[in-house]
Amino acid sequence: MSNMLYTTTLPGNGHWSLELRRGSLLKITDIEGGANVGMLFYNPRNLLERYNAPDTLKCQHTFKLQRGNCLYSDMGRIFASIVEDYSANSEGNWHDTVCGNSTAQLIEQQWGKRDYQTHRNQWRQNGYDAFLVELAKYGLGRADMASNINWFSKVIADDAGNIQLDTKNQSAGNSVTLRFEMDTLVIMHACPHPLNKSEAYPFTSVEIELSEAAPVSDDDYCKNFREENQRGFKNNALYYLSN
Amino acid sequence: MSHIQSNLHPETAFSTHYVPAGDYFLGEIKQGQTFRIVDLEGNQAADVLFYNAKDPSERYSAMDTIRNQGNLYLSAGTKLMSNANRELLEIVADTCGRHDTLGGACATESNTVRYSLEKRCMHACRDSWMLAVAEHPEFGISKRDITHNINFFMNVPVTADGGLTFEDGISAPGKYVELKAKMDIVMLISNCPQLNNPCNGYNPTPIEVIVWN
Repeated sequence: MSNMLYTTTLPGNGHWSLELRRGSLLKITDIEGGANVGMLFYNPRNLLERYNAPDTLKCQHTFKLQRGNCLYSDMGRIFASIVEDYSANSEGNWHDTVCGNSTAQLIEQQWGKRDYQTHRNQWRQNGYDAFLVELAKYGLGRADMASNINWFSKVIADDAGNIQLDTKNQSAGNSVTLRFEMDTLVIMHACPHPLNKSEAYPFTSVEIELSEAAPVSDDDYCKNFREENQRGFKNNALYYLSN
Repeated sequence: MSHIQSNLHPETAFSTHYVPAGDYFLGEIKQGQTFRIVDLEGNQAADVLFYNAKDPSERYSAMDTIRNQGNLYLSAGTKLMSNANRELLEIVADTCGRHDTLGGACATESNTVRYSLEKRCMHACRDSWMLAVAEHPEFGISKRDITHNINFFMNVPVTADGGLTFEDGISAPGKYVELKAKMDIVMLISNCPQLNNPCNGYNPTPIEVIVWN
């Protein structure tokens, strides 16, 4: 990745938020294998505009997220495109956006209560509370929490609609790179996927790398992945018409 | 897919509401009341949101509902969960067999992406919801509360390789779904006006809401 601007590690129970400019790249790498990264997007200019999983899925006729997919707001605009999606075991990545978050109750049932007094920063944080903490920093609350993305978590469904987390492709070195097509408030956590059945709480960290993207070309893979995405890019262009 | 008939009769109903295509219904359902949504002419999508009547920041959550039942589709026996992971309602009867909660509601903005930039002025579910919350501030619901809904009578199967397809409805004239409220709730329905896909058979038609005590 060229023009590397910043790198950091998000621990496997951590949460973070930051505003990224249009034209930024965000690369997330699963360091040990088995990571999950929950993510939400908001428009910092109008926080009522937010990531919309149903619009994202239906306009691209997909249940999974993968390279080429664009991540839409409820206003018909694209927050970010999935420009790279590296699978270390060549099985191909598949990312979930319908299962939501782990909660304090789910974590306690499975691995025991979250307890800072005993565990300090190795506490068993849950995705829902992690989002609440980050959202509150911007004046947002549970009413603003939309259906999130779960990077690196593959959730499959059978014909009857029964779902399960498929962990076969989880591997150290898997990475996903997002190119931001709008200025975006990014809310994220690295807490376990709600369907994770590991024996121990999975403290699986991820590496975060921020850099500058090359300008979007006419033959861009994501823009041409579906004709709907071409129209999404046109909506973004209209949004920045006066800039 | 399970089909369960109801024993309730419209003659004994507490109230009945006729909702034309492109209109909304916004009203309170008390804990313990049962209501039925009837697809009067068939192949109609009813886009529905539910809220805790005392605090609308607690609302229907597709994610919690899916995770709780380990299944993507809604039918008789499904418990509709809130974002606080509490049971809001239960589907107690269903003659359709499967309902969608992945596809969301149509919006003028998403129509520009899905169909054409020049279709931005065609009527859409989210505009009906916007009018509903604007006309009824007494419910304390605003745009931030408008999210991921249920599409009753809509058929959106997920394929094994992760595709999502919008199929012709499996509903038919007179099919219904019946729900029992587990707390005092507010129900917001957009009777879908979409003309661009088969969710309404390209011909949006009325629904009826029947409430029993």
